[in-house]
Amino acid sequence: MIGRDLLLIDDLSREEIETILETAQHMREVGEREVKKVPTLRGRTLVNLFFEPSTRTLTSFEIAGKRLSADVVNFSPKSSSLSKQESILDTARTIDAMDPDAVVVRHRVAGVPKRIADVLDVPVINAGDGAHAHPTQALLDLFTVQNEKGRIDGLSVAIVGDIAHSRVARSNIAGFQKMGAEVRVAAPPTMIPAQVETLGVKAYTSVREALEGADVVMMLRIQLERLEGALFPSVREYSATFGLDREKLRYARDDAIVMHPGPVNRGVELSHDLADRRPSVILDQVRNGVALRMAVLYLISGRRRPEGSDVRAAKGD
Amino acid sequence: MLDPSAGRDGPADVLIEFGRIAAVEAGLEAGDAEAIDVSGQWVTPAFVDLHVHLREPGHEYKEDIASGGRSAVAGGFGTMACMANTEPVNDDPSVTDFILDRARQDSPARVHPIAAATKGLAGKVMTEMVSLVEAGAVAFSDDGKTIMDTGVARRVMEYSRMVDAPVIVHAEDRTLVGAGVVNEGAVATRLGLPGNPGLAEAVHVSRDIQLAELTGAHVHIAHVSTAAAVGMVRAARERGLHVTAEVTPHHLTLTDEATLGFDTNTKMAPPLRGRSDLEACRAGLADGTLDAVATDHAPHAMHEKDVDFREAPNGIIGL
Repeated sequence: MIGRDLLLIDDLSREEIETILETAQHMREVGEREVKKVPTLRGRTLVNLFFEPSTRTLTSFEIAGKRLSADVVNFSPKSSSLSKQESILDTARTIDAMDPDAVVVRHRVAGVPKRIADVLDVPVINAGDGAHAHPTQALLDLFTVQNEKGRIDGLSVAIVGDIAHSRVARSNIAGFQKMGAEVRVAAPPTMIPAQVETLGVKAYTSVREALEGADVVMMLRIQLERLEGALFPSVREYSATFGLDREKLRYARDDAIVMHPGPVNRGVELSHDLADRRPSVILDQVRNGVALRMAVLYLISGRRRPEGSDVRAAKGD
Repeated sequence: MLDPSAGRDGPADVLIEFGRIAAVEAGLEAGDAEAIDVSGQWVTPAFVDLHVHLREPGHEYKEDIASGGRSAVAGGFGTMACMANTEPVNDDPSVTDFILDRARQDSPARVHPIAAATKGLAGKVMTEMVSLVEAGAVAFSDDGKTIMDTGVARRVMEYSRMVDAPVIVHAEDRTLVGAGVVNEGAVATRLGLPGNPGLAEAVHVSRDIQLAELTGAHVHIAHVSTAAAVGMVRAARERGLHVTAEVTPHHLTLTDEATLGFDTNTKMAPPLRGRSDLEACRAGLADGTLDAVATDHAPHAMHEKDVDFREAPNGIIGL
């Protein structure tokens, strides 16, 4: 994995995912120490190039890099409503010219991390591009489930929410299936993408049916501002039909866990009492996120390049 | 005795006990029961009218649920589905509840409310279909208006799949109707009144049939009036699409020639059409393309119709 981009979880083999999860397990321990530091990435430069604002993911990557002793720089260009390809790539080339060891990119339009990766020689990690992909989120979700359940193979995972617009849904569908789980999605018909069955999932418009026998219930955030009225009539009806509360949760297995990528719209996709306590593992997801990103940063930019070699030939190992 | 659902079409007797039908058979003995001789007449189950405007809440001066119900049973209708263009619009469970409550108290005919497809019939935001069905709505329609934004129509139909309820379309491209008050054609030309072309209906019927195919929704075309629309519904059915349609009694019996005296009672939406449209509607009813006759009962106060042809509101009574 050294020197490779991480743009899509689909690009990782099952073995590579297992390596990442194992490494994350070791990294978790670092966060439990009093001195939360290992020298692994000392002297490395990591740039977080976030075109789309984010607090959780940005902070998570920043803390992950710092715990590995890397020099972390956050660069959030002011986004204009007309995103000109030229200026994105020029920005990326400018950063590249400062010789970072890895660049983490987030953008609200699908495909930008790939375009940047095509142009840059340093590894690019996708921190979320539009509705397309969010590989590190899926990896930390896999890590969380593995810690909770001891395995991923054979589990039933139900993802509920705006599937059509969710990069978290797409990456989790791919990731969980790769690791042997069965995935279903539930949403109002207006939020199920066209021909979703080509992703290998069964789609439900009844959350009760989707939860039948589920081991993992993953709730997605609804973007109220963008969607109310256009894709569903009201928050009231959405939360009554698709919001998770203890009553609906009874349709899942008794030992089912509840996940959410955050931030949670309390009372909308998750009731207040479910948001804060077991079986919800939302804060564990956040804690695991730091460990997981440490693992990814370490595995991708961890090994020193051979002395005297051409810097530009470092890609691909 | 004509009862298609029981496969009955022939002479028979009916026994009624304590206000309920106890038996339907040929050759029943009357015994000491009161015998009513209806030989030579038709006896059928009570009619169902899929499309009425009961005007309550809000316009009770035109009609209310009680008078609508009484008219209905006087004409042999035992059940009616009422449209949502009341005031307030039936786009909220509280209005659906009100209508059902009124009907329970005052109407001798059963009432099934059709809720609005978009809030306020404004054609922008879909209604809370799940709560409306829970309150008793049987279908969704913006009838009275049309959803002009095709993207909104699509989302409305997609969302309706969740509650498995039909979306009833009033197919009329308002931008083609313009100021039209009479079917565009020879009669309008003679009368000097602005015409409403049959294409206004055809364009939306075509659109909504294709949306039905894309979304898998059950689309029901209200008051079909043109040959073009009948043809499209027939083709859609041949392709196995879930499209149904209804036609009014007036579109089966009157053409735009009825408007020649400027009688405002002949003004309705969609307008009375030409002879070939009428023939096509009859053929469509006969071959099953048009699934039902629905009156589109649209009452107005007398003084409202006593104005000039342009001013008069659209509507003819049916019950």
